[in-house]
Amino acid sequence: MITVLYFARLREGLGTGSEQIALPQGVCDLDGVRALLIARGGAWAQELAGNKALRAAVNQAMASGDAPVADGDEIAFFPPVTGG
Amino acid sequence: MTVRIQSDDFDIGAEISQLRRANPKIGAVASFVGVVRDVNEGDAVAEMTLEHYPGMTEKSIEDIITQARGRWKVFDALVVHRVGTLKPTEQIVLVIVTSAHRGDAFAACEFIMDYLKTRAPFWKKETTPSGARWVDARAIDDIAAERWRLKG
Repeated sequence: MITVLYFARLREGLGTGSEQIALPQGVCDLDGVRALLIARGGAWAQELAGNKALRAAVNQAMASGDAPVADGDEIAFFPPVTGG
Repeated sequence: MTVRIQSDDFDIGAEISQLRRANPKIGAVASFVGVVRDVNEGDAVAEMTLEHYPGMTEKSIEDIITQARGRWKVFDALVVHRVGTLKPTEQIVLVIVTSAHRGDAFAACEFIMDYLKTRAPFWKKETTPSGARWVDARAIDDIAAERWRLKG
């Protein structure tokens, strides 16, 4: 299982801030997880689409699409940050 | 270094005193306070809500301070960032840097703030007369962070 977190606009659009999902065989990076979520359709396809400005983290460090993902990892998807 | 994420307000005077107390070699203290404005993108802002990613937010700011300490001679640094709902004129963020001389303190303080704006996971949602909206990231903040690559 991996933990997937969503923040800000994404959390609202998807209607959830966190979930546990089983990592299917063959899914081994961030892009793979994103594709898995987009395949759910509806808001998932809309919010996580490739043309949306999206950032991601693996185990609380900013990561790009090819970052490896393994069982037990904490992944997060969120919009570009706007703090300060 | 100290990094605190909190909903409570902060007292810049008390924080500076605390940071200075420890070290008589400190010759310079630079600080920055970010404040909620009552306008953004031409619309009135009644209030603003800040969301963060507990754990990663603290780690990313600690990492930014570590980078600053690697580039400038800094004795200590403190970042306090508020979350939750804030109204115009309320304080959002505090950065304090202590060093022997002003050059290092100014540069490190500005660097920490520029990197925080583009790398620390916070998101602002503001309430305007036409409803609530998420604040979009600004290209100008990326440019501000990016210019530090050319220096140092």
